[in-house]
Order: sequence, then C-alpha cells, then structure tokens
Amino acid sequence: MKQIQSTMAGTVFNIVVQAGEEVSAGQTIMVLESMKMEIPVEAETAGKVATIDAQIGDFVNEGDVLVTFE
Amino acid sequence: MTVKMTYNDRLEEKLAGIFAGGHAKYHEKMKEQNKLFVRDRLALLFDDGEYLEDGRFANCEAGDLPADGVVTATGKVGGQQVCVMANDSTVKAGSWGSRTVEKIIRIQEIAEKTRVPMLYLVDSAGARITDQLDMFPNRRGAGKIFHNQVRMSGFVPQICLLFGPSAAGGAYIPAFCDIVIMVEGNASMYLGSPRMAEKVIGEKVTLEEMGGARMHCSVSGCGDVLVSSEQEAISEMRRYLAYFPANFTETPKVAESIASKEGRSLEAIIPENQNAPFDMYEAIDQLIDEGTFFDIKKLFAPEIITGLARIEGQAVGIIANQPKAKGGVLFGDSADKAAKFINLCDAFGIPLLFLADVPGFMIGTKVERAGIIRHGAKLIMAMSSATVPKISVIVRKAYGAGLYAMAGPAFEPDVCIALPTAQIAVMGPEAAVNAVFSNKIEAIEDPKERIKFVQEKHQEYKEEIDIYKLASEMIIDEIVSPSNLREVLAMRFRAYSTKHIPQPPRKHPVYPV
Repeated sequence: MKQIQSTMAGTVFNIVVQAGEEVSAGQTIMVLESMKMEIPVEAETAGKVATIDAQIGDFVNEGDVLVTFE
Repeated sequence: MTVKMTYNDRLEEKLAGIFAGGHAKYHEKMKEQNKLFVRDRLALLFDDGEYLEDGRFANCEAGDLPADGVVTATGKVGGQQVCVMANDSTVKAGSWGSRTVEKIIRIQEIAEKTRVPMLYLVDSAGARITDQLDMFPNRRGAGKIFHNQVRMSGFVPQICLLFGPSAAGGAYIPAFCDIVIMVEGNASMYLGSPRMAEKVIGEKVTLEEMGGARMHCSVSGCGDVLVSSEQEAISEMRRYLAYFPANFTETPKVAESIASKEGRSLEAIIPENQNAPFDMYEAIDQLIDEGTFFDIKKLFAPEIITGLARIEGQAVGIIANQPKAKGGVLFGDSADKAAKFINLCDAFGIPLLFLADVPGFMIGTKVERAGIIRHGAKLIMAMSSATVPKISVIVRKAYGAGLYAMAGPAFEPDVCIALPTAQIAVMGPEAAVNAVFSNKIEAIEDPKERIKFVQEKHQEYKEEIDIYKLASEMIIDEIVSPSNLREVLAMRFRAYSTKHIPQPPRKHPVYPV
C-alpha cells in the first residue's frame, strides 16, 4: 500500500481525483495552497486510489498523508 | 628440465599477477552486479584507455594483495590531465591497508603539485581492521586523505564516482568532493552498516533504505547525480569535467555556441497569474545552448534547480526557483543545495545566473524548529561572498528574503534584470493587504463592501510595487523582453568576464552552519 504525503505545510485547495480512480504516474491528484502559491501534488507511480485522506480546506503539515493507493 | 627464469620473465609474472586483480570468484561476483573490474573502469575513463600508474607493485610480496587494492594513475580525460585513485573491490573488498592509504595520499600530492583535477573511483569496504595501526591513526594514515581533500578543496576540482560501498570513515571521501555521482543499486554510503545498526542500536533496516544511492540523491543530499550504470557515471563525469578549468587559477573553457532548444517562448511559458505553477526547466531551455544542462542534485530539494550550462558557449552556473515543486518556496534543504553549488561555481570562476520566482522562505513551526534561518544564512552568505560575475533575473515574483537569497540588488549583482512580469516586494499583495488592514477588513460588516475594500487595496498595492516604478527608482537596472533575454545574458556575461574583486584583509568569515 502506497501513500502520498504532503511535502510542505499548507491547506488543501482542490482534489482532482476520486477514490477508486486509476491514475498515471505524474498525474496531478490534489492541489495544495501554501505561501499563497498553488502546489500541485502528483502521483509518483501509476495506481488505483483507495482513499482520499484530506478534505478541501484541511490544514496539512509536512509528512501528513494525503492519498492512499490500493 | 628446468629453465632458469630470466629477469624479464620474473617481471612479466609479477605484472600478470597484479593486472589480474583478486580471486576469480570476486570477478564473477562483480559481473553479476553489473560492475566493471577496476582496470576496465580505467580503460573506459581515460582517453584512449591510456594512463601512467604509480605504486603498481605495492604489497606485491604478499601475493594475494595485487596493487594493495587500489590503482592510482594519471592520464587524460577529455584532453584534460587528471589524477585518479580507483579501489579494486576484488582485493579484500577494496579495503584500505597501509600501502593502499599511502598510494592514495601520494596521488593526491601529485594532483596538488601538478594542479590538476583529482578523481576518486570509490568501491571499498573501508579500513582493513587487521592493519589498523599501520593505516588508521598515524600521520600518513587515512585521516591524511581527508586532510588533503580539505586542503585541495577549491584548488583543483575533486570528483567522486561511487561504484560500490563507501563505508564508515571512507564515506568522507565523497563528502569532501565537489560532486558525487552514484550508481543506483550498487553505490552506498554509510557510517555503520545495517548489521552494525541492528547490533548497536537495535534498528532493522536494509542497506538501500539506510545508505543507498537513491536515498542519498533524493533524501540526504549526500549524492548529486544518480545514474543507472558505471558507463553512464563515466560519461556524466566527462560532461561535468568539461565545464571546469584544471585549477582555480585558470578560467573555464568556452565552447562553440549552439542554438537554444526549439520550444514555446518564455512569454507562453510564464503564466500571468503569480500564484500559478509552471516548469522552470522549460524556461531554462529557452535561455541555454541546447543539450548543455548538467543538473546537480536534481532529485534533492527540487524546489530549487542548480545546474551547469552554456549560453552562447560560455559556462554558467544556474540557480533557479522551480514554481512547479513546493511553489518554489525556499526550505532548509534548498538553501543548503544552492549554497554548495554557488561555492562550487565561485571557486572555479564559473559565472552565476539567478532566475528568481520565489514566494520567500517557508514559514511555520516545522521549518523554524529545523533551523531554517541558519540554513537560509548559508545560502545568503555563499551568494553574497561570490565574486564571479553574477546576474540576477527576476522572472516573476521575488518576495521577502527570497529576493535577497536570489542575488537581489543589495548583494551587488553585476546587473539586476526584470522581465515585464516581475514583482518585487516584502510580500505578495494578498498577504500584504491582510497584514496591514486585517482589523479594518474584519470591521466591515457588508460582505460586498468588504470585497470591494480588499480589491481596492490590492490594486493600490500592485501600483505601489509596479516594476516600472522600481525601474524609475533605479532599484532594478533593466527591464528586458523575454524574447531578448538569452542574447542580453550572453552579451552581459561576456562584458563582465574580466570582473575582479579584491578580498577584504581577513582570515575568513565565520561561516553559518
């Protein structure tokens, strides 16, 4: 089971994928907002999204889990 | 019938033993790991495979320790004379005995005296514990290797190609080199092996996780370039070396000018919305000669890009914020990465190009506790004390200390150029309006009135930091159309090539760490 963690502190601005969706490597799965910038979060490898672990508006710290893959 | 051996036969026999290296089973093992025998590495490394070897007969009386596990040699790489030490891991796992260490020290001394680059081809298990008194604590023991590296740092280029382990004390060879190229799957660096970690601190971990090439090139920052084979490591080293002079007294060679890569124009690449990400690599491609970018620490702290390139044939070191990764915000690791790169370029006369699009240094508990201020200080000190030609280009935004870190006007860049999209301020409009008017904004009850007030203040702020206003005040020196930027940079780097700044009379600054 692979997880994507936040690389920096910020708030969840937009969630692009849904649970159950197949994503390809490099695809944007979420957008964070931090330091007034939009920070795209990309999938490192292809896979199927199991759960979305943060909701729009949530504060996430560096290292918090954003998405879990099956 | 016995035939008496001639002198020559004896020599041939000794040489054959030395050239063969260690036991056949170790040669087999290397093949399985896609590793080359040390002499094959050297044949590939040197121009036409030709080199002069020293200390070839070291420990030849021992019988089973050909060359005492290390080959030291001088020869040419890309036309440049270099000195090389290369471990032979078929001989006692490339471990260091007293003669191994003495050979390494001697080849370093030759590199220093002849003022040529020193290359370290590392594949070694570390100290030969049975020989420790002869190679570890003494004046010409292993410590002397590192002492020499430190003395030669910035005097001649020092390059490490990591083909296998560099364990315990040996791990400081790569640590003191200008650059470390690591072969994925085979190269590793660690002070204590996983076996030792389990015995001493109770941690269960694999070698890859704890000291593997990918980890060091992406997490610890101890590695600079991750490659998939030894052949690739050698060809990347040749590309890197071509940017450097033989030593600090010489200047980098100028190559033939090549047109930049065909692609979208800078206008098309850079979004108008200051908050939207774009790929800085695509912008760099439009400024440099095609195919010349040598990325250093590509996988580590990707929010800042550091690499060597050529603009109309001239070597430059590029430091660029990457808005696509972490918004281009500066962190402790990004500051360390850029500081080391700037020191490297400044040491060998390679001019610096800063491409700024930076919202500032990261804020928050996590980074403050990790000491982001002292890390940021390293970057600002390295940038500030660099005396090579320095050009600062404000591509889009440069907020707060981000402007300082990217060679803003106060740090004596030879020129500070703004693109028409540039915005320089203590902070961006949204943050600034919030900071100044937050009480007033909250006091407005009608939401429509509130939005109207905020928008008015945004507008006023934007006018206050308008780039033509900054140009009128001579804060920036020049506003350049993106389509002319490459040409302007090439002309200005040529113009500043004779720059010389005498050093203030002091021993050295007190480096922040």
